[in-house]
Amino acid sequence: MSTTEIDRQWTTRLRKRVAGKLPPEKLLPDTQPAYVSSWIYVFGVATLAALIIVIATGCVLSIRGPLWWHQSSIGHFVNSLHLWSVEIFFFAMVIHLWGKFFMGAWRGGRTMTWMTGCVTFFASILAGFTGYVSQTNFDSQWISTQAKDGINATGGGSIFNVLNLGQMLMWHIVLLPLAAIALTAVHVLLVRVKGVVPPYEEDSEIVQ
Amino acid sequence: MSWLGSIIPLDHLGHYIHWHVILISVGNLVVIGLMVVTFIAALLLPFPGRGGRKASK
Amino acid sequence: MSKKAFRPDVDAPTWRGGHSPYDIIKEGTIALVVVGVLTVLLSVFFGSPDEAAVTVKKWANANPIDFATTAANELNGTSLTAGYGPPYNHAAIGQKLGPLSLAKWAGVRIPINPVSDFVIKPLESMPSQPVLQQNLAMWSSASSSTQSGWVTDYVKAVPKMTFVNGHVVVPTTNAGPVSVLVDNLTQMARSGALDQALVTGGGYYTTDYTKPLLFLADGTYLAGLAANQHLTGTQWGMMNETGQYPGQAWLWLYTFWYQIRPYSASTNADVLVWGTMMALSAVLLFLPLIPGLRAIPRKVKVYRLIWREHYQQ
Repeated sequence: MSTTEIDRQWTTRLRKRVAGKLPPEKLLPDTQPAYVSSWIYVFGVATLAALIIVIATGCVLSIRGPLWWHQSSIGHFVNSLHLWSVEIFFFAMVIHLWGKFFMGAWRGGRTMTWMTGCVTFFASILAGFTGYVSQTNFDSQWISTQAKDGINATGGGSIFNVLNLGQMLMWHIVLLPLAAIALTAVHVLLVRVKGVVPPYEEDSEIVQ
Repeated sequence: MSWLGSIIPLDHLGHYIHWHVILISVGNLVVIGLMVVTFIAALLLPFPGRGGRKASK
Repeated sequence: MSKKAFRPDVDAPTWRGGHSPYDIIKEGTIALVVVGVLTVLLSVFFGSPDEAAVTVKKWANANPIDFATTAANELNGTSLTAGYGPPYNHAAIGQKLGPLSLAKWAGVRIPINPVSDFVIKPLESMPSQPVLQQNLAMWSSASSSTQSGWVTDYVKAVPKMTFVNGHVVVPTTNAGPVSVLVDNLTQMARSGALDQALVTGGGYYTTDYTKPLLFLADGTYLAGLAANQHLTGTQWGMMNETGQYPGQAWLWLYTFWYQIRPYSASTNADVLVWGTMMALSAVLLFLPLIPGLRAIPRKVKVYRLIWREHYQQ
């Protein structure tokens, strides 16, 4: 095979593209621009850490099935870990969002980073909601019978039946985690490709 | 294992703050308040370590 | 770069300053440990709520009158479910967002007939009880106008309903089989058999609780329990949790709209709130593309705090 033929292969082209966009030193950097020096930067990684714990505790809850946590004190404790890691997840994510807003973090070709972050937030809200209605207790009965009116009013209730436990549980433990993980992965990779947004140039305000 | 999660039980009926149209449980108010406090603290507190040692690259 | 003018809310200056050491793996590990420890501490101290589910059995035993009244409303077509519209039935067109009948267009996809699904079919599943069988036969052989005549007569007397010696007693004159049907359904509910009859409607296995949840929500018992816990819509209930636990605090804005006009006074409140939230979500999503809004962080200058070391130099 000639070199040009190898160069034209899909595999070669994909590898070169990935390596060009995201070389190892960008994927796992050992330095940061000097302006990255504030506590506000820790909330992105804190969100990621909380997501890992949410998924890990969710996996433990899956082992013995959806009713285990009502019957076992260990199960109930794992449920507590799941709940509190979710609270920390949203806590950190919202502060991360505020911080990125005030940095204007979409500047310099980072629009997709901002948008994937927002969609991750929306998917997480839906994931949290489906978790609440999958608890198989009074809480889930009440939340689902209330929420049905909202979603039915939009027409969405014809497909997304919040009173159908099986459907909600599937969304909660399969579809939405997959979406949240995929979106988070894209978001984090975009951050690595584009780097952290530089500070506003004070002089540049004269331009506009 | 019964001690797990029972040190400060939050199961009894909650407390609520009612102010005009705002009605919020103390639990949620604490969480939202902590978020705002944490955000402001993150802006104001000095971040240790990075400032001094610059590696030129 | 191009020769276009630098747009401060869209473009970012190229960083030509220094770099400092940064250990991304160490940072990630520390974050995981800190969040993990915090999660364990919060769980050990506070635990998590788990209030047992309400059953139709519990409801009918705690408040048989409310249950029997709800059953009569199901027969009468005046329950919430009976008058709901899409996706359950054609009794209403559902809410409208301006000229858009979104619910109606989506159609009746989860058909629920309260008379047969909540009352008649469960009663038919009861093992042979001659009086009940006779009355069921009387019901099913009657014309719909006769049926509604009986139900109307029964419902008129419902305010005088009493519960005596385990039976629902209503002073009716011309309610046909309705008294027997409602009383038997109440007995069935109090025994726990109705819980099973409602969920197993689709076959042996089920993971779908649409019918028992709709039936429960038609009564006042579930809502009463929820109101005690500050969980109803007008109590900002969407973001609340049972007990003193924090709930879905991130739903604060969604919940907020329900409390104020025009939403709180509208019969289309749900779809209006959803429409508002969709619009606001779109604004958040597309913020980097919206002139004016995307200039806010540059103008409020909170960034000067974040990057204060940079600006000091």
